[in-house]
Amino acid sequence: MYRNLAVVLAAAVSAVLLPACHKPPVPLAPAPASVNSDSVDRARADSIAQAEAARRAQVADSLRGLRNENGAGEDAIQVIAATIYYDYDRAELTDDARALLLAKARAMQALPATRVRITGHTDNRGASEYNLALGLRRAAEAKAFLVANGADASHIEISSMGEEQPAVQGDSEEAWAKNRRAEFTPLSGSEAQ
Amino acid sequence: MRFSYTIAAVACAAISLAAGAVRAQGTPPQGVRLGLNYALGTKPGVLVLPIDSAGPDSVRAILQRDIDYDDRATVVALDDAGARALMPASGDRFNYPLFAKLGIVAIVRPQRSLTGLTLTMYDVASRKRIQTGNFALPEGDNTPAWRLALHTAADDVERWIFGTRGSAATRILYSAADKQIWEMDSDGANPRKLTSVTLAMSPAWHPSGRTFVFTGFTPRGSQVAVYDFATNDIHWRSATVRGLNITPAFSPSGNTIAYANGADRGTDIMIADAAGEAEARRITVGKGSDNTSPSFSPDGRQIVFMSGRAGHPEVYTMDSDGTNPQILTEFTYGESSYRASPDWSPDGRQIAYESRINGDFQIMTIDLRDRATKQFTSEGENEDPAWAPDGRHLVFSSTRSGPRQLWVLDTESGRMRQLTRAAGARLPAWSPLLKP
Repeated sequence: MYRNLAVVLAAAVSAVLLPACHKPPVPLAPAPASVNSDSVDRARADSIAQAEAARRAQVADSLRGLRNENGAGEDAIQVIAATIYYDYDRAELTDDARALLLAKARAMQALPATRVRITGHTDNRGASEYNLALGLRRAAEAKAFLVANGADASHIEISSMGEEQPAVQGDSEEAWAKNRRAEFTPLSGSEAQ
Repeated sequence: MRFSYTIAAVACAAISLAAGAVRAQGTPPQGVRLGLNYALGTKPGVLVLPIDSAGPDSVRAILQRDIDYDDRATVVALDDAGARALMPASGDRFNYPLFAKLGIVAIVRPQRSLTGLTLTMYDVASRKRIQTGNFALPEGDNTPAWRLALHTAADDVERWIFGTRGSAATRILYSAADKQIWEMDSDGANPRKLTSVTLAMSPAWHPSGRTFVFTGFTPRGSQVAVYDFATNDIHWRSATVRGLNITPAFSPSGNTIAYANGADRGTDIMIADAAGEAEARRITVGKGSDNTSPSFSPDGRQIVFMSGRAGHPEVYTMDSDGTNPQILTEFTYGESSYRASPDWSPDGRQIAYESRINGDFQIMTIDLRDRATKQFTSEGENEDPAWAPDGRHLVFSSTRSGPRQLWVLDTESGRMRQLTRAAGARLPAWSPLLKP
């Protein structure tokens, strides 16, 4: 399992280092958000940052809960919680995403009590209403792949935030690539419905 | 003294007039409409006189702006002093030949009355008073209700001149940078926040103008909600299933709501009883594709929507029970076009939408008889078009001046004006005509 993740990370690193590579780069770390002097933009960025912080706190809480429930499997949970990325205007899974999802499917089988919410996101291009549907289809594609590889469908719920919660601000190809993603939130028993 | 004032006023007027508004020799061209004489195919010159009794002169400013924004008449730009110099000392014995020389076809005279405002319109060619209307104005100058009553008066002036009302007495809903639903008057005045929920989007008016439907995020996913202006309450439509419920729209009868519901199978259009009694019905069979953004035809028999079923987003029509789906926007096979956010015009004749052209979205219309398309924008990203009740103006979001703002477009002349002055506004919806 760890070897799989290592392979994925190695692929990601090579994708970043080789600009000629056809596949879009898989970002390793978020770049600092560009700060706009416009106070409205700043307020929005602040609210997004708060939402993002809240989400991270929720993930951390869930991870703690699952660790307590399972005693072990901390690294497996980290694999399950890793983000996957998509091509522009597509919901189809990239090779990188498939490799990571395969690792997630195995981790979920290893921790059969695990429940997860997949939230699809898009970049800010295209119609914002339609992007909500596109984000959901991204999450649905990821779920279908997990289920096809042995995960329990009843333990996975999907949702979408469209372009409404970007991981990073900005209108560059780099920012867009980081925002076209699906995030995986492990759910504790009380959250799963 | 009177004479020299008049000469000064004429000189001043001639400078401030648009060149095309001044007619040679002051001879009115023939052409009669509803008592007012003006050349068909031109924008007749209208002069709004200063209010000649106690009252805020914003009355004149608002009437002038409404007539200007309606885009059918030319507001003759005379400042207060210039316009006052043209007024008779008493009564309504205007110097009509002089008005004719200034390109003025109609004179609108506002006067305060006990209950509000009296408007009188004079036809310069026939040298006659042809219309008078009394308009009740509520207490409190410049309140939203007062302004709405004044906009209604301006819309009546448009009806006197052209036979159909203007659409100044309307409001526009939109999603602001704070991701809440806001409302503003059609002239951009009185912006005010209406919701305090998570990620409020996609407002759409009820045909009565008394409620609107929108979506917000809840612990049950994104859900459809109805906002009631009478109580300022939000009613969540708990009948909708858990998950993604977006892009709601009322039918013209106001009895049903169409919206898009997303699930593992994709996103499809649903029809639900507006009262929330019956279970929602799925009316598209997207087979895993995304189908969103429904908008009803004015007769309620058809729905225009966008779908990714062909591999990329295009605009489709179908009967309102989901049968007979047809692609509306032509595309070349293999071409990666992207067309979105359709809105059916109130006269039923055309559909506005956004189309990606050379990487940026532009506002388009398509005529339903001959499928002829028109492109109205070319600078920046232009999205989310929504029709005014006059079927002539569109409100849309645009980055043409920098950060995203709402703009209004006159589809007849191509003229545009910026509506919002706060960045981040999008997803506008133009109300039906509202009663004061």
